[in-house]
Amino acid sequence: MNIHEYQAKQLLAQYGVNVPLEIPAKSLAEVRPAADKIAASGSAKVVVKSQIHAGGRGKGTFKTGFQGGVKVAASVDEAVGFAEKMLGNVLVTKQTGAEGRQVQTLLLAAGAKIKKEFYLAVLLNRETSRPLIMASTEGGMDIEEVAEKHPEKIFKENIDPAVGIMPYQARKIAAALGLKGDLFNAGVKLITGVYNTWWECDAAMVELNPLAVVELADGKETVMALDAKISLDDNALYRHKNILEMRDLNEEAPLEIEASKFALNYIKLDGSIACLVNGAGLAMATMDIIQHFGGNPANFLDVGGGASKEQVTAAFKIILSDPNVKGILVNIFGGIMDCNVIATGIIAAVKETGLKLPLVVRLEGNNVAAGKKTLADSGVAIINGDTMSDAAQKIVKAVGK
Amino acid sequence: MSILVTPKTKVLIQGITGSFGAKHAQLSIDYGTLVVAGVTPGKGGQFFEHGGKKVPIFDTVAEAVKQSGATASAVFVPPPFAADAILEGADAGLELVVAITEGIPVRDMVRVKRAMQGNLKTRLIGPNCPGIVTPGEGKDSHGGCRIGIAPGYIHKKGHIGVVSRSGTLTYEAVWQLTSRGVGQSTCVGIGGDPVNGTSHLDVIKLFNADPETTGIIMIGEIGGSAEEEAAEWIKANCKKPVAGFIAGATAPPGRRMGHAGAIVSGGKGTAAAKIAAFKAAGIGIAVTPSEMADTLLKMM
Repeated sequence: MNIHEYQAKQLLAQYGVNVPLEIPAKSLAEVRPAADKIAASGSAKVVVKSQIHAGGRGKGTFKTGFQGGVKVAASVDEAVGFAEKMLGNVLVTKQTGAEGRQVQTLLLAAGAKIKKEFYLAVLLNRETSRPLIMASTEGGMDIEEVAEKHPEKIFKENIDPAVGIMPYQARKIAAALGLKGDLFNAGVKLITGVYNTWWECDAAMVELNPLAVVELADGKETVMALDAKISLDDNALYRHKNILEMRDLNEEAPLEIEASKFALNYIKLDGSIACLVNGAGLAMATMDIIQHFGGNPANFLDVGGGASKEQVTAAFKIILSDPNVKGILVNIFGGIMDCNVIATGIIAAVKETGLKLPLVVRLEGNNVAAGKKTLADSGVAIINGDTMSDAAQKIVKAVGK
Repeated sequence: MSILVTPKTKVLIQGITGSFGAKHAQLSIDYGTLVVAGVTPGKGGQFFEHGGKKVPIFDTVAEAVKQSGATASAVFVPPPFAADAILEGADAGLELVVAITEGIPVRDMVRVKRAMQGNLKTRLIGPNCPGIVTPGEGKDSHGGCRIGIAPGYIHKKGHIGVVSRSGTLTYEAVWQLTSRGVGQSTCVGIGGDPVNGTSHLDVIKLFNADPETTGIIMIGEIGGSAEEEAAEWIKANCKKPVAGFIAGATAPPGRRMGHAGAIVSGGKGTAAAKIAAFKAAGIGIAVTPSEMADTLLKMM
């Protein structure tokens, strides 16, 4: 699960991470008082930031033609003016795809005079099965690009989960970032807080880009998380009720939300051949084989080990609500499940949804002969696929017609 | 021979009274696996009865091991309690703990992995895996050792080792082999999570050292770099033919494809990189999942 920038900073602040004065606003009525408060704090500028679960906001464009999902206003009036052009409108960035995302929340923040920008992230190092802190002096940039072109500018510190982050490790990172004096100590505190946020919240990733040295109104410098992104481990959300409340369904594809109600794992893609498969690996492999034979998968859909009639029916309904779908490939390896029960479920689902599109079913496993007979005798137009390869070729051909 | 388990391995089941654990305990007993004990805290002294067999239930794994002589366990404990169950199995001195449970938080597995570091006695397989099967000699491979949730009857006793991160894709490969009259030494599902106990490489090393295994099918998927590490080792050390398939070439980056570990992030863990590593190591590439068995058989 992903959360918004303002929510990420709320979590970070709880673990002692320094963040700017910021106030979220969900309506225009909330914008002016928030901007007033920020101006009253002594900040000459008010930053207005669109809150969507996608990067590239600053360089994004609203469908209205308005440029920029992040704007710096010189006055409260100007901030309100920006907010009017952003709130409720659809922002398209390089990460949202052409459809963009509707901005339903703005974050109003005190403007910061940035002296230096860094990158800081905590994530799982899959090679060592340990937490990893990654830092770079190249802040505000695409970190993948930095990793590729200047790997020497990325500093990594593995954390032993048995002891957690030790102060010397935070000091090593602060030193690698070139922080000195008071900023060094402030940096150590911030780095420790970011790690603790990752660990305590069961995050998959915490990323500050940029983490910055900023000059305050009184001329003093400090380190701050100017932007923050947190994604959570879905498997651990059961023990974080406060974080679960941060879920924003507006940011999730409606079909994926619907699928999750039936314990279906569905991810929408852009192709025309829908697939319904049991097991994640087989579901990926089914998408791959569709493409191998010249088709394009419309989705990833794992119905799990069971593939009950209710699940299959729900899966068909979800698949059919995607207007791009021109045909369906069902690929079930009924290891434990009786293929005949699965076949009965498929026929019931076809009848209930009034399916008219070409349907190829490949069944394999337990009691498969009876299952295939049930499908053949059903009177429902189902194309039998003997192997994955045979089934994939048949659906690609049927859709191509 | 086989790797990790033989038909004589005594198996205990942690979470034997839960619906999932009970169902698969029954299937393992039906398959002829020596299920010698179950563990459910608070139900010690009761019995799990199936097919004329009475399997004693214990409160703790330590007690179950002491009384039954079990050396391997299958963990069917729900996610919030699974890390504890795994470490309890290790503490009891089991040689093998196979964690079937799906949905264990990553942080819990990071701690488990750290706690088991340096533990040379207990090997963890999984979590989020279908388990292990060493096929038996009877009809439909009856009499083998089945730890986990794989369908037993699709196997056949033989000489091919199968290792995979995915359940149904493992069954697909096994069934392709069996349908062609080719049997398996042992089939190991290592699981689809980002932190797991045993890697592709660990299993490949075991297959390479097993005199009864003559060829290997390795099934990987997007995410992480475990397949690349295994490929590098195979290139330098493996004496046996290896065929491979990587799932997820069409998966969009940044999305988790069902398995918690199946994600391309930051341009890493792509199918293309893994396939390139396989090719460089001389591993036969199954271009489609339909060709996993044939790809290997052509090499042998």
